[in-house]
Amino acid sequence: MGMDQSAILEASALALAKALHNGDITSREICQAFLDAAEKGDSEVGAFLKLNRETVLKSADASDERRANGSELSPLDGVPVALKDNIAIEGETLSCASKILGEFKSPYTGTVAGRLLSAGMIPFGRLNMDEFAMGSSTENSAFQKTRNPWNTEHAPGGSSGGSAAAVASRFCPWTLGSDTGGSIRQPAAFCGVVGLKPTYGRVSRFGLVAFASSLDQIGPLGRSVEDVATLLDVISGHDPYDSTSYPGDLEPASVQLHMPHEPGTLGVPKEYFGEGIDPEISQHMEKVANAYRDLGYTIKEISLPHTELAVPTYYIIATAEASSNLSRFDGIRYTHRSEKSKDAIDLYYQSRGEGFGPEVKRRVILGSYVLSSGYYDAYYKRAQQVRTLIRNDFLNAFKEVDAILTPTTPTPAFKIGEKTDDPISMYLADIFTISVNLAGLPAVSMPCGLTENRLPVGFQLIGQPFEEGRMLQIAQAYESAHPFKDHPEIASQA
Amino acid sequence: MPEYEAVIGLEVHVQLKTASKMFTDAPTGFGQPPNSLTNAVVMGMPGTLPVLNKGAIEQAIRFGLIFNSEIPERFQWDRKNYFYPDSPKNYQLTQMDAPVCMGGEVEIELPGPSRNQMGEHKVIHLDHAHLEEDVGKLTHFTKDSLVDYNRAGTPLLEIVTKPDLHSAEEAVALLQSIRMHLVEAGVSDCDMEKGQMRCDANVSVRPIGQEALNPRAEMKNLNSITGVKNAINYEIRRQSRVYDKGGSVTQETRRWDADLGRTSSMRSKEEAHDYRYFPDPDLLPVHFPRDRVEELKADLPEGIFDRQRRYAEQFGLPYTVTSVICYDHELAQFFEDGMAVHGKNPKVLANYIANELQRERSQAEGDGNLPMADVKLTPEALARMVQLIDEGKLTKHLARDVFIEMFNTGKEAQVIMDEQGIKVEEQDAGELEQWCRDAIEGNPVAAQQFREGNEKAINSYMGPIMKASRGKANPQAVRETLIKIIQA
Repeated sequence: MGMDQSAILEASALALAKALHNGDITSREICQAFLDAAEKGDSEVGAFLKLNRETVLKSADASDERRANGSELSPLDGVPVALKDNIAIEGETLSCASKILGEFKSPYTGTVAGRLLSAGMIPFGRLNMDEFAMGSSTENSAFQKTRNPWNTEHAPGGSSGGSAAAVASRFCPWTLGSDTGGSIRQPAAFCGVVGLKPTYGRVSRFGLVAFASSLDQIGPLGRSVEDVATLLDVISGHDPYDSTSYPGDLEPASVQLHMPHEPGTLGVPKEYFGEGIDPEISQHMEKVANAYRDLGYTIKEISLPHTELAVPTYYIIATAEASSNLSRFDGIRYTHRSEKSKDAIDLYYQSRGEGFGPEVKRRVILGSYVLSSGYYDAYYKRAQQVRTLIRNDFLNAFKEVDAILTPTTPTPAFKIGEKTDDPISMYLADIFTISVNLAGLPAVSMPCGLTENRLPVGFQLIGQPFEEGRMLQIAQAYESAHPFKDHPEIASQA
Repeated sequence: MPEYEAVIGLEVHVQLKTASKMFTDAPTGFGQPPNSLTNAVVMGMPGTLPVLNKGAIEQAIRFGLIFNSEIPERFQWDRKNYFYPDSPKNYQLTQMDAPVCMGGEVEIELPGPSRNQMGEHKVIHLDHAHLEEDVGKLTHFTKDSLVDYNRAGTPLLEIVTKPDLHSAEEAVALLQSIRMHLVEAGVSDCDMEKGQMRCDANVSVRPIGQEALNPRAEMKNLNSITGVKNAINYEIRRQSRVYDKGGSVTQETRRWDADLGRTSSMRSKEEAHDYRYFPDPDLLPVHFPRDRVEELKADLPEGIFDRQRRYAEQFGLPYTVTSVICYDHELAQFFEDGMAVHGKNPKVLANYIANELQRERSQAEGDGNLPMADVKLTPEALARMVQLIDEGKLTKHLARDVFIEMFNTGKEAQVIMDEQGIKVEEQDAGELEQWCRDAIEGNPVAAQQFREGNEKAINSYMGPIMKASRGKANPQAVRETLIKIIQA
């Protein structure tokens, strides 16, 4: 009993795993279906930086052989997963969509990719992103634009724009992205998919090219809560190679999802509904709140008083850490080396000048400035103090509510080029997501409908530390009652 | 012209002895093929993260415990940002704000009036000591440069003294004291030739009596004891002359050129780097368990000078001997191991180590002293040789050749004596008495002195009697016979 291509593309990752288990289909058939779809549709979307048919099929055949021998590595053996191009797998590119890394291939496999491989999953190409994950539209990629599959004049969001667009376009059942200030959730909202940012420390950062070390987390994007929970469980857990990884035991989110639970209380922060929010987003948020009320949830207005400080605080901490993290890209040991340099010091100037794009340079300069002697106390130190206040806002709120409900973004997907000349307005695209990173909390963006122009709208649920399971129960309650069934046209054509 | 006083503070970098690097499991080592002691973390590959080496922290804490530093409850890691090709990440992980050791004091011994007299002891105060990672090594060629990252990431302890030192001799004595103690405790090998111990010196001079400190020169990378001494002396003279001529010294970093024997300006205070320090977000602050600190403390070896004082008091060893065996970790261990086998005659045992063993090592083939690792003589065998002497089965005179044979072959004294038929001959009482009477006759004054209570006077007969007996006389029997005759 085979599956035709459109059935494969529409199936959830877990349904594919089940079909593999039942012998209804092979990994090769699954991968071929997605490869065909991506090869056909990605010229329009531009989600993939690299996708090699032979490599994918070779891994798929190896998986099929394991299944035939009854030696599959996990129930997910043979299911493809595509990775953002900042997550290290030995021998694969790790460009971070930057010219400075270009065709650089990772000499090692990071912890997250290692866990996928140990589960027998098939690495399915490298996904486009904003250069070094800096941006909210994937327009900062040095190599190509990624287009929103719902309307190719619009941006897919960023920085994990390739990860979100690939899922929405049905080029892959699920993907991994990274989220430093909203880089999974914002593109998930723009592309109408589910995107999860885990609690800081739940997923190892060993093998994730650092943007801002105290904020970065790898997380899954998929088309259902259950898929996202499952992929989260594969990549979660303590890693001795990451000192910031949480050493305690974690309850698998996918298990918790199936446990009986009662509706609870959702907090709606009043600070998130001020000026600058698109009326259509507000309308959708009303609908979502009502949907939860219908499901038996209590909606409670809460206050997160330091919200307005989140954007400046974030841009101080994130750029400071980035300015130091990106120092290693210098043209000495690996990465682009300028031909023009006159001496060792000039080699740095020329190589970095040629290798980094404008947004990366802007942030490195800003970050170097806030760490400078004489400015450190006024900026970086103060930002760390404010960060504690922001976290305390959330922890106080969680004394009264189970999770916090907000829009993921203030507007639906903007047009490509619309904000490239105005970095501040681009930074504000993350206004609802960055507090979550500063506070180290888990959050998920859920698709909840389309605007009149057929652009997706997403809402965000923010959970308590390491309570991804509970947060996803709440997300799934909405998903079951109001499944998001719309397709981008590109995906329908496939 | 006023008289000047130098004010000196040192920053001493010491490579800690650990199997692996500070933040990853790549091995440490010296003299290996370039870039063989590296991995993705050492090379600063994208996406890699540091993980603390607990062994390095324990070595640093040992340092602090040896020198009475305070070990804070919590310490943290900072990034020092600067671009240089020997630095793989272009930032160095270090401890700017909360170091592993606070304060502390180092006892030093200044050179004595002569080699066999103890010099003045002083206490030099430490500001702190912090952990950091070492950098790689650049080799420059005419057209380009090569980098070897083998050394990169090796745990390094930077020891910062208070400006407590006032001469090059004191600075050298401080380095020697630190080295002796760290080698003894296995914290570092402190081999300056291998770069395991490096020194920066901050030097200023001021007219004697002046409280305020004058601007200082920081001299970088003084990589030998001689370099430290010469650079400091040069700088004291230079600054004194500047003041004598009515000039002023600028605060700056200066480079010591060992070949030219002078320092020259590297960069002024205004040109100093802005290292943009901030707490490292990849490493959490460390809360080191107190009970483990106590365990480390309990396991520390005895302090070098404490041991020297104990040897003098408990065993009556003279400075000439203790300054040899206490200041050298391997000799001290040799002595302790020997004492464990035969502890009745520490003086003779210590003498053999400080004199005969050292003499044979210096005369052995090869460059310099024969390393202790290559010495065939075991402390146990030497102790048993001393025991044979104490039992009258071997005389010191006969032992001279036996010792050399033991040193060359590693054989036991008894084996050599059996093989070569060496033995203390049964003394013919008449012959012995004759030698003694002859000796007393030759020097009646000593016998008189002995009768008047000077017991040592009797020793002056030993030489002539040994000569007459051609070394065969048993000293114990000689002594008894002499006393019998004199007191008769």
